[in-house]
Amino acid sequence: MTAATVTSNKGAPSRKTAYGSMSRDRTWALRWSYFFLVIFAAFFLLPPIYMFITSLKTSAEISAATNPWWVYNPTLANYAELLTKPEYLVFFRNSVVVSTFVVTITMLISIPAAFALSRMRFWGSATLATGVFLTYLVPDTLLFIPLFKMFAVFHEVTGIQLLNRWWVLLVVYPTLTVPFCTWIMIGYFASIPKELDEAAIIDGASWFQTLTRIFIPVALPGIIAATIFAFTVSWAQFLYPLAFTTSVDQLVLPVGIITTLIRGDVFAWGQIMTGALLGALPPLIIYAFLMDYYIAGLTAGATKG
Amino acid sequence: MAGVTLRNVFKRYGDVEAVRGINLDIADEEFVVLVGPSGCGKSTTLRMIAGLEDISDGDIAIDGYVVNDVPPKDRDIAMVFQNYALYPHMTVAENMSFGLRLKRYPKAEIKSRVDEAARILDIRELLERKPKALSGGQRQRVAMGRAIVRNPKVFLFDEPLSNLDAKLRVQMRTEIKKVHLKVRTTTVYVTHDQVEAMTLADRVVVMNHGLIEQIGPPNELYHHPRTRFVAGFIGSPAMNFIPAQLRATAGGLDLVVSDSIVLPVPPARVERYKGFAGQAGLVLGLRPEHITETSATMEPGVAPFAITLDVIEPMGNETLVYFTLAGEALCGRVSPNAGAADGQPMRLAANLNHMHLIDAAGMVL
Repeated sequence: MTAATVTSNKGAPSRKTAYGSMSRDRTWALRWSYFFLVIFAAFFLLPPIYMFITSLKTSAEISAATNPWWVYNPTLANYAELLTKPEYLVFFRNSVVVSTFVVTITMLISIPAAFALSRMRFWGSATLATGVFLTYLVPDTLLFIPLFKMFAVFHEVTGIQLLNRWWVLLVVYPTLTVPFCTWIMIGYFASIPKELDEAAIIDGASWFQTLTRIFIPVALPGIIAATIFAFTVSWAQFLYPLAFTTSVDQLVLPVGIITTLIRGDVFAWGQIMTGALLGALPPLIIYAFLMDYYIAGLTAGATKG
Repeated sequence: MAGVTLRNVFKRYGDVEAVRGINLDIADEEFVVLVGPSGCGKSTTLRMIAGLEDISDGDIAIDGYVVNDVPPKDRDIAMVFQNYALYPHMTVAENMSFGLRLKRYPKAEIKSRVDEAARILDIRELLERKPKALSGGQRQRVAMGRAIVRNPKVFLFDEPLSNLDAKLRVQMRTEIKKVHLKVRTTTVYVTHDQVEAMTLADRVVVMNHGLIEQIGPPNELYHHPRTRFVAGFIGSPAMNFIPAQLRATAGGLDLVVSDSIVLPVPPARVERYKGFAGQAGLVLGLRPEHITETSATMEPGVAPFAITLDVIEPMGNETLVYFTLAGEALCGRVSPNAGAADGQPMRLAANLNHMHLIDAAGMVL
């Protein structure tokens, strides 16, 4: 053994530097990554930064021909004015209530739906799963006119007014969130090994117990990802509330800002920017706390384990 | 505790018949191993006993009651899966007690059962851990623990050791046997590994193409296989199969393997094989341990022959020799001191007292 080790030293492998090395390739890959990351970061971060800068300016300074990227006389007047405006607080409250309910409704529908579609094989379940996804592909811009018409007809027939009621959004938003969340959850449930539910069945669990005691805890990252998605969609939804609600006390935040802060051709830019910025805070906070789960949910099924 | 009975059980997936009418009686407290190559229907059979697959035709009875339409949870069985199927969000203790908690057993009863199972399996110090903090062998123990706490009528094991490395597999094999000796529950165990089947089973059921080839205690299958498939499947290295002709001679029978190699059939077997002389498609089956080096004192029925070795595999206690005869790659087991070497000629001895004669249909005669 010793002899063999000694002789092999003579033929120690020589380095062929001409081919470059792994670490040099890595260095260049990193440089390119940073290059594009900076471009993307600038692209996505400049608008909110501009919003923030503008929100600190007075109307006079906004319309003045000074450097738009600098605040000469910073003021919190926009914030103070907005936060003391009763309408703005109503918009905010409406948004919070609508989003919370929509998220709850969406989860109550899409988790059992996804469980049924991914685990209980029944006639047409595969077609139905695809159908669920296809409905998501129909854009809301195509749907709001027929929906409006339907609500009007519904009113004529039953006498129940659905237009200009904030709660009608609880019916309308899930048409956007349920298909996508169901689709995410189907994918996530599919990554749970079949033996796990078989073990649960043998242990004596009913389908419902298998769902609540095994699937929901195991698929929690996916459920959180779906929750964030549903929240983002309902928080940022613009077209449906614009079409279906009109009174100031029924409006949600995105619509409220533009309908009350733009009067004719007068744009209260400072307050619009402030309002939008404050409106972006709740999703931001949620993302910050649940980011890891969200990423786990997005890459669900990519690898085992 | 209870027996399991399968009567003419079929499983069809569309046009494909995975299980083609099998009959099996498993006695109370018996350890039965279903073994066979992949796709032979052994797992499907187990899953039908568990109730995870519907039975296309026939009856399955547990403890004398037909359970065809009884859901798995009411069959009083416990199953251990190949990939353990532990609930990842629960601790070991929670995993083991899940079934009991669903059935609303009293807390004290659950605790004592979990503690008892943990003691049997030696996993008491793991009870508060989550499955991801366990090694493969520990997970396997927990999976068994989950089965034991239920105190079921029947244990079902679906290739429980396939995910473990070779060393751990051997260890867990002994472990499973010990557990069975302690808890004495009727067990049906599925594996594709004939060594596992031989070492664990009271009786082995060899399956192939959805049919049972043979049922019997391990040694019976080894020494008295009924078909060529069983003969070739049980035993490692596998039995040698050599095409041969049976020729009647003055005082007996000769096996003609090639022009140069003619082996006399031992007198004790002549009566049994006499009728097959001249029949086409006969195959001589001989286990590697019955092809050894020649010795000065050879018992009657041992026939020497000369060949050239292809390769040898020294195992330490013995040397496996590989050679080609009549177009077939064959294996023999010789003493490490017999002087076998790669590519060298060697004289070997075939102990025909242990021969099997197989007909063209694959039946052992």
